[in-house]
Amino acid sequence: MLPPELKAWGVTTSDLHEGVRDADVIMMLRLQLERQGKNFFPSVDEYSRYFCLTQGALAGAKPDVIILHPGPMNRGVEIASDVADGPYSVIMDQVTNGIAVRMAVLYLLANRAKTESGSTAAAPVAEARATTPRLRRRAG
Amino acid sequence: MTAELRIQGGTLIDPAGGIHGRRDLLIRDGRIAAVTEPNGTANLKGAIDANGCLVLPGLIDMHVHLREPGYEYKETVETGTRAAVAGGFTAVACMANTDPVNDNAAVTEYIRERAALANLARVYPIGAVSKGLKGAELAEIGEMHRAGIVAVSDDGMPIMDGGLMRRALEYSVMFGLVVIVHEQDACLAAEGVMNEGAVSLRLGLMGIPAAAEEAMIARDIALLARTGGRLHIAHLSTAGAVDLVRDAKRRGLTVTAEVTPHHFTLTEAAVDGYNTNAKMNPPLRTQVDVDAVRQGLADGTIDVIATDHAPHHRDEKEVEFDQAANGIVGLETALPLALRMAHEIQLPLDRLVAAMSTNPARILGVSGGHLAVGDVADVSIVDPARRCSVDPAHFQSKSRNTPFGGMELHGQAVVTIVGGRVVWRAENAAEKRTAAVRA
Repeated sequence: MLPPELKAWGVTTSDLHEGVRDADVIMMLRLQLERQGKNFFPSVDEYSRYFCLTQGALAGAKPDVIILHPGPMNRGVEIASDVADGPYSVIMDQVTNGIAVRMAVLYLLANRAKTESGSTAAAPVAEARATTPRLRRRAG
Repeated sequence: MTAELRIQGGTLIDPAGGIHGRRDLLIRDGRIAAVTEPNGTANLKGAIDANGCLVLPGLIDMHVHLREPGYEYKETVETGTRAAVAGGFTAVACMANTDPVNDNAAVTEYIRERAALANLARVYPIGAVSKGLKGAELAEIGEMHRAGIVAVSDDGMPIMDGGLMRRALEYSVMFGLVVIVHEQDACLAAEGVMNEGAVSLRLGLMGIPAAAEEAMIARDIALLARTGGRLHIAHLSTAGAVDLVRDAKRRGLTVTAEVTPHHFTLTEAAVDGYNTNAKMNPPLRTQVDVDAVRQGLADGTIDVIATDHAPHHRDEKEVEFDQAANGIVGLETALPLALRMAHEIQLPLDRLVAAMSTNPARILGVSGGHLAVGDVADVSIVDPARRCSVDPAHFQSKSRNTPFGGMELHGQAVVTIVGGRVVWRAENAAEKRTAAVRA
């Protein structure tokens, strides 16, 4: 179902079990239900049968595999709940850190714009610090 | 205790193994145990005497309508597979236009269950491309794949939505399934009931132009070049269609094609007299088209001979031509018609067997089509000289709709073996040829 031009970018594809085998990190992505016109695939049920990361699908991965997902998750569609909430999952950390990373990117971009217009970078830095949420570290 | 079966004295034609010559076959436990040089004249007790006969890998018809579930008054899995084995076919692939449509795993499983009960020919269900054959949304092809479909097709309902066709090709790649297409632009075909040409003009019947088929084939070949996957053109019927497939193959595209016995035998002239048994879809074409599909078989453009076996109740044919159902039964006439055609165009028998066994097995990815040691023992024993007067009253099929009734042909399946088990023996010939068949 992927554009054939992807091959020229060095992208390789495989089925889920093959792709998971010996993986150090598995990054899942949300099925964008709102962007699925008709006919990309027959049904969510069939999609999940072939593309859902379940405990069974994880069997071939490395014992210390890390599972990522940028969220929001469609539980039971591309990722099973017991995998999303399981011991290999660092999804909550990823989501939390994602906020800080986006803030940093916005800051750098905003800062550059101000620099170009002649202002200093000091003020935005102070502002960003003041509003940065305390990073949470998920237990376990 | 092992079940053994010997076939002696016949001429083995196995294109996949490159064999065409006198060989004896030993079958044990449903598989080929030995292929040996003929054992002289000494007939072993219990052997099938195949002297004067062709011993072929079981014929496979990759395009039939078994009508079950939903239209059991036309045909059932049992009567359809009985017709198959009587015609020398050890396996058939059945289309999805049943009621309910075979667009989900439950129907697929039901058909397989019926086939297991009938226990005659192997039955390979073909799943629908779209839900309800409506041409709008993809059916659950993956679920049906798990349930045992061997291909997908909306046969009978050409896929007008090019976007859906594209997705079908892309999606089927994931399962390695071939997409079988009935190529006819519904807008061009419109209300047509026969080939558009001199005969339709004279009979005052609405025509289906050759372009209706060719435009769709051109579209799907163009899609295939982009999507990959495998495309199989069902019952190709026009000279232009043969050219399109030939050109696509030359370009290395993974397209295959089939032709029916009626399209390589009859022309639109058969419709004369408003013969509803000459009404089919795609329609019978012209002599130029018949010559072209024969040439297509000869040069390898067309890979497969398939019947499009389409049983209909007599009440659905004994009506005005416009109202009559499309299609004819084909399982019990395909073999002699194919032999006659091969004789007329000097097509080597190896090629004919490839088109009726080896190639369909390869395209569908199923067992059979080869008679090497260890292969499943699906075998058709054919007497090419045996006279065959087509008498629809004696068909094993539940339906009788054929334009070939009364024809004098040659060649008949005398013994059909599925998985080492004799499932068909032609009367008369059976007593003479089979001393005592142990199955």
